[in-house]
Amino acid sequence: MPQIDQIALTYGSQIFWLLLTFGFTFLVIGLGMFPKIQGTVDARDKRIADDLEAARAANSKADELEENYRVKMEKDRSEAQAVVEASKAKANAAAEKRKTKANADITAKLAAAEADIKARSDEALKEIEDVSAEVAQDMVAKISGAKVTKAAALKETKAALKHG
Amino acid sequence: MATEEGKIDPMYQFEVQTILEGFSLGGQQIAFTNSAVWMLVAVAGLWIFMLGGMKRELVPGRWQMIVETFTGFIDNMMEANIGPAGRKYAPYVFSLFMFILFSNIFGLLPVGVLGLHPFTVTSHLTVTGVLAIMSFSIVLIVGFAKHKLHFFSLFIPHGTPLPMIPFIFIVELLSFLVRPFSLALRLFVAMTAGHILLKVLAGFVINSTNAGAGYGVLVGIPSFALMIGISALELLVAVVQAYVFALLTSLYINDAENLH
Repeated sequence: MPQIDQIALTYGSQIFWLLLTFGFTFLVIGLGMFPKIQGTVDARDKRIADDLEAARAANSKADELEENYRVKMEKDRSEAQAVVEASKAKANAAAEKRKTKANADITAKLAAAEADIKARSDEALKEIEDVSAEVAQDMVAKISGAKVTKAAALKETKAALKHG
Repeated sequence: MATEEGKIDPMYQFEVQTILEGFSLGGQQIAFTNSAVWMLVAVAGLWIFMLGGMKRELVPGRWQMIVETFTGFIDNMMEANIGPAGRKYAPYVFSLFMFILFSNIFGLLPVGVLGLHPFTVTSHLTVTGVLAIMSFSIVLIVGFAKHKLHFFSLFIPHGTPLPMIPFIFIVELLSFLVRPFSLALRLFVAMTAGHILLKVLAGFVINSTNAGAGYGVLVGIPSFALMIGISALELLVAVVQAYVFALLTSLYINDAENLH
């Protein structure tokens, strides 16, 4: 096995070249390049984590805004509802009042008109009685020649009118 | 593959060959070898691979994505095994994992087709041994720096009955001291075994075909089919062994960092 047969002859050069090449590997690649490459990876991981965090924050902010908007919308709507309700009630009350007043007016006018009608019909009735009594007095005078007082004639006429 | 008198030696691939004499250091010849070439190739490949991840864009491209998958994999492993304190060891474990992974995979590349000589750095005990000793040293240094002599309580599990403590201590200490060897041997053996198996099967294909068309069909084709399957398996082993080395290192560092 040459590895063992040659060991006494070659160990110096083997160790020398190994230390040289591995030393270069350790100093330039291990200590020089490795931390830089790992640093890039770490920076990227951190960047990704930060971006994710920012996105999460923005998302929750948006949720919050939406919630605020929703609450405000709800409030505005209920306020508008209240305003509508109030104005409707007010309008109703005003209409009711006007209606009552109009009703009262109409009743008063109706009563006045009825009273008028009654007065006129009474008057007319009285005239009819008067005329009837005079006619009856004249008829009695002409037919029998008897003198009938106006009061008696009126009394008879009234009774006759009452019986129809 | 060396053909010495028609014989194919599956061990030849592990031979370290001097390309340049280099210099001498403390009696040892520090030569520039094929092993050094493949170490440099692995590191160069790794460096180019990592450059693709250095664009540092917010939205990664495909290459950057792959590199980030690897860095994230090791980062998660350290975080899961050691906790937040483990991240400071991630550069070391990442270097270890990627160096072993690229060495393993580059050693499997079929560059022999181009006339080049593939060599798997991690199939050498010297290399895996040094890597294991490095990991073990970190465990010792961190353990004693953080917990002082209290670090020895690592060898006494909670709830050990008093008379058992000396025995348990010795057993746990032995298992602790064996760690660098098991770490080094596991990678070395896994790589070596797979490469020997592939070369032996390749030798079957060549020798049986040389012996005649009948043998070629009878032995060569099944061997070749088996090689395809084992190559895929070796690719898996290359990844798994790099992972195991990094995982065990992170577990050992966890012992040093958190005791129990």
